Amino acid sequence: MDTDQLIRTLAADNTHRARPVGFALMLALLAAAPVSLLMFFTELGIRPDVMVAMRNPFFDLKFAVTLALAISAIAVSLHLSRPEASLRGFGWLLLAPVGILAAGIGGEMMVQQRLPMMTRLVGKNSWVCMTAIPALSLPILAGALIGLRHGAPARPAVAGAIAGLLSAGLAATLYASHCTDDSPLFVAAWYTIATALVTAIGALIGAKLLRY
Amino acid sequence: MRERDDEWTGLMRLAIAGDSAAYHRLLRAVTPVLRAAARRGLARAGQPVDQSEDIVQDILLAVHLKRHTWDVTAPFAPWLFAIARNKLIDALRRRGRRIFVDIDDFAETLPGEAPAATASASEVAAQLQTLPARQRDVLQSIAVDSASIKDTAAKFSMTEGAVRVALHRGLASLTAKLREQ
Repeated sequence: MDTDQLIRTLAADNTHRARPVGFALMLALLAAAPVSLLMFFTELGIRPDVMVAMRNPFFDLKFAVTLALAISAIAVSLHLSRPEASLRGFGWLLLAPVGILAAGIGGEMMVQQRLPMMTRLVGKNSWVCMTAIPALSLPILAGALIGLRHGAPARPAVAGAIAGLLSAGLAATLYASHCTDDSPLFVAAWYTIATALVTAIGALIGAKLLRY
Repeated sequence: MRERDDEWTGLMRLAIAGDSAAYHRLLRAVTPVLRAAARRGLARAGQPVDQSEDIVQDILLAVHLKRHTWDVTAPFAPWLFAIARNKLIDALRRRGRRIFVDIDDFAETLPGEAPAATASASEVAAQLQTLPARQRDVLQSIAVDSASIKDTAAKFSMTEGAVRVALHRGLASLTAKLREQ
Protein backbone atom coordinates (compact mmCIF):
# COMPACT_ATOMS: atom_id res chain seq x y z
CA MET A 1 0.00 0.00 0.00
CA ASP A 2 1.56 3.31 -0.94
CA THR A 3 1.19 6.34 1.27
CA ASP A 4 -1.37 8.11 -0.93
CA GLN A 5 -3.61 5.05 -0.70
CA LEU A 6 -3.19 4.96 3.06
CA ILE A 7 -4.07 8.67 3.32
CA ARG A 8 -7.20 8.15 1.24
CA THR A 9 -8.20 5.28 3.51
CA LEU A 10 -7.65 7.33 6.66
CA ALA A 11 -9.71 10.17 5.22
CA ALA A 12 -12.51 7.70 4.47
CA ASP A 13 -12.47 6.75 8.17
CA ASN A 14 -12.74 10.39 9.32
CA THR A 15 -16.39 9.86 10.19
CA HIS A 16 -15.32 7.62 13.06
CA ARG A 17 -15.40 9.63 16.29
CA ALA A 18 -13.38 8.45 19.27
CA ARG A 19 -14.48 9.44 22.77
CA PRO A 20 -12.15 11.65 24.83
CA VAL A 21 -9.67 9.85 27.06
CA GLY A 22 -11.40 11.17 30.18
CA PHE A 23 -14.61 9.44 29.15
CA ALA A 24 -12.81 6.13 28.51
CA LEU A 25 -11.02 6.40 31.85
CA MET A 26 -14.27 7.13 33.70
CA LEU A 27 -16.04 4.14 32.11
CA ALA A 28 -13.13 1.83 32.88
CA LEU A 29 -12.94 3.00 36.51
CA LEU A 30 -16.71 2.59 36.94
CA ALA A 31 -16.40 -0.95 35.60
CA ALA A 32 -13.50 -1.78 37.93
CA ALA A 33 -14.86 -0.16 41.09
CA PRO A 34 -17.46 -2.86 41.92
CA VAL A 35 -14.69 -5.50 41.98
CA SER A 36 -12.68 -3.56 44.55
CA LEU A 37 -15.82 -2.71 46.54
CA LEU A 38 -16.80 -6.37 46.64
CA MET A 39 -13.30 -7.33 47.82
CA PHE A 40 -13.46 -4.61 50.47
CA PHE A 41 -16.88 -5.50 51.87
CA THR A 42 -16.31 -9.28 51.88
CA GLU A 43 -12.78 -9.21 53.33
CA LEU A 44 -12.51 -6.01 55.40
CA GLY A 45 -15.60 -3.87 55.82
CA ILE A 46 -15.97 -0.46 57.45
CA ARG A 47 -14.73 -0.30 61.04
CA PRO A 48 -17.58 -0.77 63.56
CA ASP A 49 -16.90 2.45 65.51
CA VAL A 50 -17.03 4.61 62.39
CA MET A 51 -19.60 7.05 63.84
CA VAL A 52 -17.29 7.83 66.74
CA ALA A 53 -14.20 7.85 64.55
CA MET A 54 -15.71 10.49 62.29
CA ARG A 55 -15.47 12.96 65.14
CA ASN A 56 -11.70 12.47 65.16
CA PRO A 57 -10.11 14.94 62.72
CA PHE A 58 -7.20 12.54 62.13
CA PHE A 59 -9.63 9.90 60.88
CA ASP A 60 -11.08 12.42 58.43
CA LEU A 61 -7.60 13.54 57.45
CA LYS A 62 -6.87 10.09 56.01
CA PHE A 63 -9.59 10.64 53.42
CA ALA A 64 -8.33 14.11 52.60
CA VAL A 65 -4.89 12.61 51.88
CA THR A 66 -6.07 9.61 49.86
CA LEU A 67 -8.67 11.55 47.87
CA ALA A 68 -6.17 14.33 47.16
CA LEU A 69 -3.83 11.65 45.82
CA ALA A 70 -6.54 10.04 43.68
CA ILE A 71 -7.88 13.30 42.26
CA SER A 72 -4.50 14.85 41.50
CA ALA A 73 -3.33 11.59 39.89
CA ILE A 74 -6.47 11.48 37.71
CA ALA A 75 -5.80 15.05 36.57
CA VAL A 76 -2.15 14.30 35.82
CA SER A 77 -3.10 11.04 34.03
CA LEU A 78 -5.45 12.87 31.71
CA HIS A 79 -2.86 15.55 31.05
CA LEU A 80 -0.17 12.95 30.25
CA SER A 81 -2.46 11.10 27.84
CA ARG A 82 -1.62 13.74 25.23
CA PRO A 83 1.48 13.00 23.13
CA GLU A 84 3.07 16.43 23.54
CA ALA A 85 2.48 16.69 27.30
CA SER A 86 5.09 16.30 30.01
CA LEU A 87 5.01 16.36 33.81
CA ARG A 88 6.34 19.92 33.80
CA GLY A 89 3.79 22.33 35.24
CA PHE A 90 1.53 19.48 36.30
CA GLY A 91 3.73 17.32 38.50
CA TRP A 92 3.34 19.69 41.43
CA LEU A 93 -0.32 18.64 41.69
CA LEU A 94 0.95 15.34 43.08
CA LEU A 95 2.44 17.23 46.02
CA ALA A 96 -1.07 18.08 47.30
CA PRO A 97 -1.52 14.84 49.29
CA VAL A 98 2.06 15.15 50.61
CA GLY A 99 1.33 18.67 51.83
CA ILE A 100 -1.91 17.67 53.54
CA LEU A 101 -0.18 14.75 55.22
CA ALA A 102 2.73 16.92 56.38
CA ALA A 103 0.27 19.42 57.83
CA GLY A 104 -1.47 16.54 59.61
CA ILE A 105 1.77 15.29 61.14
CA GLY A 106 2.55 18.82 62.29
CA GLY A 107 -0.94 19.13 63.76
CA GLU A 108 -0.64 15.86 65.63
CA MET A 109 2.72 16.92 67.08
CA MET A 110 1.07 19.96 68.63
CA VAL A 111 -1.70 18.05 70.38
CA GLN A 112 -1.11 16.06 73.55
CA GLN A 113 -1.12 12.33 72.59
CA ARG A 114 -1.94 9.30 74.71
CA LEU A 115 0.45 7.02 72.82
CA PRO A 116 4.17 7.50 72.19
CA MET A 117 5.25 8.42 68.68
CA MET A 118 6.72 5.03 67.78
CA THR A 119 3.51 3.24 68.83
CA ARG A 120 1.46 5.54 66.63
CA LEU A 121 3.87 5.09 63.73
CA VAL A 122 3.99 1.30 63.91
CA GLY A 123 0.28 0.97 64.63
CA LYS A 124 -1.62 -2.31 64.76
CA ASN A 125 -2.52 -2.83 61.13
CA SER A 126 0.69 -2.23 59.22
CA TRP A 127 0.70 -5.65 57.57
CA VAL A 128 -3.01 -5.53 56.63
CA CYS A 129 -2.46 -2.02 55.30
CA MET A 130 0.45 -3.02 53.10
CA THR A 131 -1.39 -5.99 51.62
CA ALA A 132 -4.96 -4.64 51.48
CA ILE A 133 -4.17 -1.39 49.65
CA PRO A 134 -2.25 -3.10 46.80
CA ALA A 135 -4.85 -5.89 46.58
CA LEU A 136 -7.79 -3.47 46.45
CA SER A 137 -5.99 -1.30 43.93
CA LEU A 138 -5.26 -4.05 41.39
CA PRO A 139 -8.74 -4.11 39.78
CA ILE A 140 -8.75 -0.30 39.71
CA LEU A 141 -5.25 -0.26 38.21
CA ALA A 142 -6.36 -2.67 35.50
CA GLY A 143 -9.31 -0.41 34.73
CA ALA A 144 -7.20 2.74 34.75
CA LEU A 145 -4.64 1.25 32.37
CA ILE A 146 -7.35 0.02 30.00
CA GLY A 147 -8.95 3.46 30.01
CA LEU A 148 -5.63 5.25 29.52
CA ARG A 149 -4.75 3.03 26.55
CA HIS A 150 -7.14 5.29 24.74
CA GLY A 151 -4.60 8.10 25.07
CA ALA A 152 -1.14 8.59 23.59
CA PRO A 153 1.35 9.22 26.40
CA ALA A 154 4.87 10.26 25.43
CA ARG A 155 6.32 8.21 28.27
CA PRO A 156 4.26 5.07 28.89
CA ALA A 157 6.12 4.07 32.06
CA VAL A 158 5.49 7.46 33.69
CA ALA A 159 1.84 7.36 32.65
CA GLY A 160 1.60 3.84 34.11
CA ALA A 161 3.16 5.01 37.38
CA ILE A 162 0.58 7.80 37.67
CA ALA A 163 -2.15 5.24 36.98
CA GLY A 164 -0.66 3.32 39.92
CA LEU A 165 -0.89 6.42 42.15
CA LEU A 166 -4.47 6.95 41.05
CA SER A 167 -5.53 3.41 41.89
CA ALA A 168 -3.60 3.36 45.17
CA GLY A 169 -5.34 6.61 46.13
CA LEU A 170 -8.79 5.16 45.46
CA ALA A 171 -7.96 1.83 47.14
CA ALA A 172 -6.51 3.63 50.18
CA THR A 173 -9.71 5.67 50.47
CA LEU A 174 -11.62 2.41 50.89
CA TYR A 175 -9.04 0.94 53.23
CA ALA A 176 -8.94 4.07 55.41
CA SER A 177 -12.55 3.44 56.43
CA HIS A 178 -11.57 0.00 57.73
CA CYS A 179 -8.30 0.81 59.46
CA THR A 180 -8.30 1.86 63.12
CA ASP A 181 -4.87 3.47 62.91
CA ASP A 182 -5.59 7.15 62.38
CA SER A 183 -2.23 8.74 63.14
CA PRO A 184 -0.82 10.69 60.17
CA LEU A 185 2.49 9.04 61.07
CA PHE A 186 0.98 5.63 60.35
CA VAL A 187 -0.42 6.92 57.04
CA ALA A 188 2.92 8.46 56.09
CA ALA A 189 4.74 5.19 56.71
CA TRP A 190 2.53 2.33 55.60
CA TYR A 191 0.17 3.91 53.08
CA THR A 192 3.25 5.30 51.37
CA ILE A 193 4.93 1.91 51.12
CA ALA A 194 1.73 0.36 49.73
CA THR A 195 1.33 3.23 47.25
CA ALA A 196 4.95 2.93 46.11
CA LEU A 197 4.40 -0.75 45.41
CA VAL A 198 1.29 -0.10 43.29
CA THR A 199 3.09 2.75 41.49
CA ALA A 200 5.95 0.43 40.57
CA ILE A 201 3.51 -2.19 39.25
CA GLY A 202 1.75 0.52 37.24
CA ALA A 203 5.03 1.72 35.74
CA LEU A 204 6.09 -1.81 34.77
CA ILE A 205 2.78 -2.71 33.10
CA GLY A 206 2.27 0.77 31.67
CA ALA A 207 5.66 0.71 29.95
CA LYS A 208 4.33 -2.08 27.72
CA LEU A 209 0.59 -1.48 27.70
CA LEU A 210 0.45 2.29 27.21
CA ARG A 211 2.66 2.42 24.12
CA TYR A 212 0.66 3.61 21.16
CA MET B 1 6.51 28.20 9.14
CA ARG B 2 3.98 30.16 11.15
CA GLU B 3 1.63 30.33 8.19
CA ARG B 4 2.00 26.62 7.49
CA ASP B 5 1.23 25.73 11.13
CA ASP B 6 -1.86 27.93 11.14
CA GLU B 7 -3.06 26.30 7.95
CA TRP B 8 -2.58 22.82 9.44
CA THR B 9 -4.40 23.79 12.62
CA GLY B 10 -7.29 25.19 10.59
CA LEU B 11 -7.52 22.06 8.46
CA MET B 12 -7.44 19.81 11.51
CA ARG B 13 -10.24 21.78 13.14
CA LEU B 14 -12.33 21.30 10.00
CA ALA B 15 -11.41 17.61 9.97
CA ILE B 16 -12.48 17.12 13.57
CA ALA B 17 -15.74 18.89 12.73
CA GLY B 18 -16.36 16.21 10.10
CA ASP B 19 -14.81 17.64 6.91
CA SER B 20 -13.12 14.60 5.34
CA ALA B 21 -11.79 16.60 2.38
CA ALA B 22 -9.97 18.95 4.75
CA TYR B 23 -8.60 15.92 6.58
CA HIS B 24 -7.36 14.47 3.29
CA ARG B 25 -5.65 17.75 2.42
CA LEU B 26 -4.06 17.97 5.84
CA LEU B 27 -2.62 14.45 5.69
CA ARG B 28 -1.25 15.14 2.21
CA ALA B 29 0.29 18.40 3.40
CA VAL B 30 2.06 16.91 6.43
CA THR B 31 3.37 13.79 4.69
CA PRO B 32 6.35 15.39 2.88
CA VAL B 33 7.42 17.03 6.15
CA LEU B 34 7.14 13.73 8.01
CA ARG B 35 9.03 11.94 5.22
CA ALA B 36 11.90 14.42 5.37
CA ALA B 37 12.07 14.06 9.16
CA ALA B 38 12.03 10.26 8.94
CA ARG B 39 14.84 10.26 6.35
CA ARG B 40 16.90 12.61 8.47
CA GLY B 41 16.37 10.42 11.52
CA LEU B 42 17.33 7.24 9.69
CA ALA B 43 20.39 8.86 8.14
CA ARG B 44 21.57 10.20 11.48
CA ALA B 45 21.19 6.71 13.00
CA GLY B 46 23.17 5.21 10.11
CA GLN B 47 20.17 3.31 8.78
CA PRO B 48 19.13 3.00 5.13
CA VAL B 49 16.79 5.88 4.31
CA ASP B 50 14.66 3.74 1.99
CA GLN B 51 12.75 2.55 5.06
CA SER B 52 11.42 6.01 5.71
CA GLU B 53 8.06 5.29 4.11
CA ASP B 54 7.24 2.60 6.70
CA ILE B 55 7.85 5.16 9.42
CA VAL B 56 5.73 7.77 7.63
CA GLN B 57 2.82 5.33 7.40
CA ASP B 58 3.28 4.36 11.03
CA ILE B 59 3.06 8.04 12.03
CA LEU B 60 -0.01 8.65 9.85
CA LEU B 61 -1.83 5.70 11.41
CA ALA B 62 -1.02 6.96 14.92
CA VAL B 63 -2.12 10.49 14.03
CA HIS B 64 -5.39 9.08 12.73
CA LEU B 65 -6.17 6.79 15.67
CA LYS B 66 -5.09 9.27 18.36
CA ARG B 67 -6.49 12.48 16.89
CA HIS B 68 -9.02 12.68 19.74
CA THR B 69 -6.05 13.50 22.04
CA TRP B 70 -5.45 16.73 20.10
CA ASP B 71 -6.88 19.77 21.85
CA VAL B 72 -8.76 21.78 19.20
CA THR B 73 -7.74 25.01 20.90
CA ALA B 74 -4.01 24.17 20.66
CA PRO B 75 -1.77 24.43 17.57
CA PHE B 76 -1.57 21.22 15.57
CA ALA B 77 2.14 21.08 14.70
CA PRO B 78 3.55 20.41 18.23
CA TRP B 79 1.07 17.57 18.68
CA LEU B 80 1.94 16.11 15.27
CA PHE B 81 5.68 16.33 15.83
CA ALA B 82 5.38 14.75 19.28
CA ILE B 83 3.74 11.71 17.69
CA ALA B 84 6.26 11.70 14.84
CA ARG B 85 9.20 11.82 17.23
CA ASN B 86 7.75 9.00 19.31
CA LYS B 87 7.21 6.80 16.26
CA LEU B 88 10.63 7.56 14.82
CA ILE B 89 12.36 6.63 18.07
CA ASP B 90 10.31 3.43 18.22
CA ALA B 91 11.22 2.55 14.67
CA LEU B 92 14.94 3.21 15.17
CA ARG B 93 14.96 1.17 18.36
CA ARG B 94 13.24 -1.70 16.60
CA ARG B 95 15.57 -1.59 13.62
CA GLY B 96 18.59 -1.18 15.82
CA ARG B 97 17.68 -4.27 17.75
CA ARG B 98 16.98 -6.22 14.60
CA ILE B 99 20.31 -5.32 13.08
CA PHE B 100 22.08 -6.23 16.29
CA VAL B 101 20.42 -9.66 16.18
CA ASP B 102 21.35 -10.03 12.50
CA ILE B 103 25.02 -9.43 13.21
CA ASP B 104 25.04 -11.90 16.08
CA ASP B 105 23.22 -14.60 14.18
CA PHE B 106 24.64 -14.36 10.71
CA ALA B 107 28.05 -12.72 11.00
CA GLU B 108 29.87 -16.03 10.66
CA THR B 109 27.59 -17.93 8.33
CA LEU B 110 27.00 -15.14 5.86
CA PRO B 111 30.25 -13.20 5.67
CA GLY B 112 29.97 -9.93 3.86
CA GLU B 113 26.58 -10.59 2.34
CA ALA B 114 24.68 -7.42 1.60
CA PRO B 115 21.33 -7.10 3.39
CA ALA B 116 18.33 -7.79 1.17
CA ALA B 117 16.86 -4.60 -0.20
CA THR B 118 13.49 -3.84 1.38
CA ALA B 119 10.71 -2.52 -0.78
CA SER B 120 9.50 0.86 0.36
CA ALA B 121 6.59 0.77 2.82
CA SER B 122 6.21 -2.99 2.97
CA GLU B 123 5.13 -3.27 6.60
CA VAL B 124 1.57 -2.01 6.36
CA ALA B 125 0.99 -4.05 3.20
CA ALA B 126 2.38 -7.17 4.87
CA GLN B 127 0.28 -6.76 8.01
CA LEU B 128 -2.78 -6.15 5.84
CA GLN B 129 -2.58 -9.78 4.74
CA THR B 130 -2.87 -10.99 8.33
CA LEU B 131 -6.17 -9.21 9.01
CA PRO B 132 -9.51 -11.04 9.12
CA ALA B 133 -10.91 -11.46 5.58
CA ARG B 134 -13.73 -8.95 5.97
CA GLN B 135 -11.48 -6.15 7.25
CA ARG B 136 -8.84 -6.92 4.65
CA ASP B 137 -11.36 -6.87 1.78
CA VAL B 138 -12.81 -3.55 2.91
CA LEU B 139 -9.40 -1.94 3.41
CA GLN B 140 -8.17 -3.20 0.08
CA SER B 141 -11.28 -2.02 -1.71
CA ILE B 142 -10.98 1.49 -0.31
CA ALA B 143 -7.17 1.82 -0.34
CA VAL B 144 -6.08 -0.06 -3.43
CA ASP B 145 -9.17 -0.01 -5.65
CA SER B 146 -10.06 3.58 -4.57
CA ALA B 147 -13.67 2.53 -4.05
CA SER B 148 -15.95 4.72 -1.94
CA ILE B 149 -17.63 3.42 1.20
CA LYS B 150 -20.85 3.18 -0.76
CA ASP B 151 -19.33 1.18 -3.64
CA THR B 152 -17.53 -1.07 -1.20
CA ALA B 153 -20.79 -1.75 0.62
CA ALA B 154 -22.47 -2.68 -2.67
CA LYS B 155 -19.54 -4.86 -3.77
CA PHE B 156 -19.57 -7.00 -0.59
CA SER B 157 -23.33 -6.68 -0.02
CA MET B 158 -22.75 -5.04 3.37
CA THR B 159 -24.43 -2.00 4.87
CA GLU B 160 -22.42 1.24 4.77
CA GLY B 161 -22.34 1.18 8.55
CA ALA B 162 -20.78 -2.28 8.53
CA VAL B 163 -18.17 -1.11 6.01
CA ARG B 164 -17.30 1.84 8.25
CA VAL B 165 -16.93 -0.44 11.27
CA ALA B 166 -14.77 -2.93 9.35
CA LEU B 167 -12.64 -0.06 8.00
CA HIS B 168 -12.02 1.42 11.43
CA ARG B 169 -11.38 -1.95 13.09
CA GLY B 170 -9.03 -2.87 10.26
CA LEU B 171 -6.99 0.32 10.72
CA ALA B 172 -6.89 -0.17 14.49
CA SER B 173 -5.71 -3.78 14.28
CA LEU B 174 -3.18 -2.90 11.58
CA THR B 175 -1.70 -0.38 13.99
CA ALA B 176 -1.72 -2.87 16.85
CA LYS B 177 0.09 -5.45 14.70
CA LEU B 178 2.71 -2.91 13.62
CA ARG B 179 3.32 -2.07 17.28
CA GLU B 180 3.69 -5.71 18.33
CA GLN B 181 6.00 -6.79 15.52
